[in-house]
Amino acid sequence: MTVSPAPSRSVDEFEDEHVSASACPACIAAPSAEQMAKSGDIRGARIMLSLPTAHCAVCITDVERELMKQPGVKSARVNLTLKRASVDAESDVEAANLISALDRIGYEAHELDPGMLSATEADKRGRDLLMRIGVAGFAMMNIMMLSVAVWSGAEDTTRDLFHWISAAIAIPTTIFAAQPFFANAWAALRGGRLGMDVPISLAILLALGISLFETMHSGSHAYFEAATMLTFFLLVGRYLDYRTRAVARSAAEELAALEVPRATVLREGAEVVVPVGELVPGDLIRVRPGGRIPADGEVIEGHSESDRSVLTGESLPVQVAPGMVLSAGEVNLTGPLTIRVTAAGKDSSLHRMADLVAMAESAKTKYTSLAERAARLYAPIVHLLSFAAFCSWAWITGGDFRLAVNISAAVLIITCPCALGLAVPAVVTAASGKLFRKGLLIKDGTALERLAEVDTVVFDKTGTLTMGAPRPQNLSALSAEALSVAMALAEGSAHPLARALHDVALGQGAAPAILEDLREVPGYGVEGRWQGQTVRLGRANWIGAEDGATTATHLRIGNGAPIAITFADSLRPGAEEAVAGLKAQGKQVWLVSGDVEGAVSELAARLGIENYRSGALPLEKAQLVNDLTHEGHRVLMVGDGLNDTAALAAAHVSVSPASALDAARTASDIVLLGKELAPVADAASIAVRARRRIKENFGISIVYNIIAVPLALVGLATPLMAALAMSASSITVSLNSLRLR
Amino acid sequence: MDALLYSIPISLLLGGIGLAAFWWSIKNRQYDDPKGDAERILSDEFDDRPKQD
Repeated sequence: MTVSPAPSRSVDEFEDEHVSASACPACIAAPSAEQMAKSGDIRGARIMLSLPTAHCAVCITDVERELMKQPGVKSARVNLTLKRASVDAESDVEAANLISALDRIGYEAHELDPGMLSATEADKRGRDLLMRIGVAGFAMMNIMMLSVAVWSGAEDTTRDLFHWISAAIAIPTTIFAAQPFFANAWAALRGGRLGMDVPISLAILLALGISLFETMHSGSHAYFEAATMLTFFLLVGRYLDYRTRAVARSAAEELAALEVPRATVLREGAEVVVPVGELVPGDLIRVRPGGRIPADGEVIEGHSESDRSVLTGESLPVQVAPGMVLSAGEVNLTGPLTIRVTAAGKDSSLHRMADLVAMAESAKTKYTSLAERAARLYAPIVHLLSFAAFCSWAWITGGDFRLAVNISAAVLIITCPCALGLAVPAVVTAASGKLFRKGLLIKDGTALERLAEVDTVVFDKTGTLTMGAPRPQNLSALSAEALSVAMALAEGSAHPLARALHDVALGQGAAPAILEDLREVPGYGVEGRWQGQTVRLGRANWIGAEDGATTATHLRIGNGAPIAITFADSLRPGAEEAVAGLKAQGKQVWLVSGDVEGAVSELAARLGIENYRSGALPLEKAQLVNDLTHEGHRVLMVGDGLNDTAALAAAHVSVSPASALDAARTASDIVLLGKELAPVADAASIAVRARRRIKENFGISIVYNIIAVPLALVGLATPLMAALAMSASSITVSLNSLRLR
Repeated sequence: MDALLYSIPISLLLGGIGLAAFWWSIKNRQYDDPKGDAERILSDEFDDRPKQD
């Protein structure tokens, strides 16, 4: 198999040309021919797929082989780090076909919008930081080699020569590599703040300045290696931090890329597809079976059923007839509908829900992360210490400013937050990597810390603890004949109950009976003729049966008695483990749903959840979360529907499955990429461990400072000590973080 | 001390080569999919020749 990265890369190399253009002025004149040649071979479509379950070498080959087998696919490449596949294909290849092909061989896949993702892929800032790390690392090692010679006893001219060579490497290196710190420090100073970057920049510049001065005057101590080492370790911390943010940002983009909201409008008899934002009240819109209703409106024409589970949590579809008012977000199930828009954009119920989310979010106090708290404490202390050292030494020695500056610089260098800068990013990187492998995407940098504080978990029912997809319960009670008739009738409809019935019957090896005159009566069911008798599958009142308490469809063959086929929502895989795991961690678990009492209490009993609330409106869900918060609990909300968004936003931290609606995914901090719910419990325990590691890391760097700072204050610190303290603390902190993996 | 005349430039040169190699690897996006590359080496399917477009 020749799976090559080349075609998918041409776009990126194209961008590289722009980056390198400034380095080679001659290239600017004539790259166009080359670029045109390159852009020529990307004429087809580029499809990006998200592969939440891919994890090994076999997955790579399976997925790539299967994708290559599809007609029109030119090349396919899996990126295991990002769990994505990029496919180059003819422009007529549909992503949906590729997704179903992968589904057949057992891989879950979602389509992503490549336009939205391009920003994260051409990751210029990340590569820029890596380059600075490389340069700082090179300089650090070379200077260290020279410094070791000085520390082991080089004297006079040799020492001066070594110091001069070190200066020649260190000065250009710092000017290039430490730019991010200088820029941030300058911005902080101009804004009248004192961030972490001010002491860092000051330490680097002071170390360089002092060392240069000492070198000119043949002094014995130079801190060139300390300056570059500081730059190196701090850049590593900065890079890890950036990576976490980039992943979070790309997660947000990935989610935005999952859904493109459009509506079909009837204008002067013709159907026009427009973005949902352009709808105005009075527009007539068409909604096909299976489509989501884009705006609030009144049904003008058509009979159907509507699934409003994302709005209300009800698992039973509602019958729809002309004159009925529908809300944006409902899913039309059986028949085509024509709707007159009554409220669009700002006035629609969808938008009111979004307002609710915005309100909840603004009411939430801004979370101060551990790193911010540490920085807030750290910067003034360091400056004061260093300044105090300068003043007291100038006073003690009666005006020996060279010594005083030397000592205050040593204090700054030694206290410099190498380990502090690594303490949080190293842990967060290790933890979010671990969570990503389990299928959780962290959208917000502080989500992990907030998750660690959670003591109460609130679950939504439909679509979160359950799949939101019903499964027939009593098919075995049907005779083989009735089953094959039911199956044949079910084939005629896209209604979720019919689809589930058909799929399960097929799985049991049943074959559909041969029917005539098969037709769907939108809103009611399916009808056909079998061996001269009329057969019907559908609503109870249409069939002539009693409506029961549970979700059911009814089958009637000729004039025989109606048979009820009951359905129950299937549990999301891992739901039991998730609830049990969270309870084992001593967390209080709640179930809150908009569904009816019976369905909710049954599920609560099945999962062993004591606290539940049924028939909850969206506002009541948010209210429950707020009440729990006021009682002093930190709430984790897990939900997927529009009716959960306000609660998701109000919660301390929130999780939603990838199948959730846009609004819900936007409102939540963490997204479950796969179908499994079990990782939620793991995430909670990993978060607790991560927070413990962060605190340990702070402890380690404080211990180093407690030992080194007094020595620096009394003027006993040497460049060797500074180098040792700096590297030893950084390495211990990194190793401690790696224990999390 | 004559050795220094050779050894210092040599050490700087070697370091410089390493830096250039690192620069090349970043430009060529060698770090785009470290996990995938680690797994691919175990795969039995080889692409012996560069892909012909």
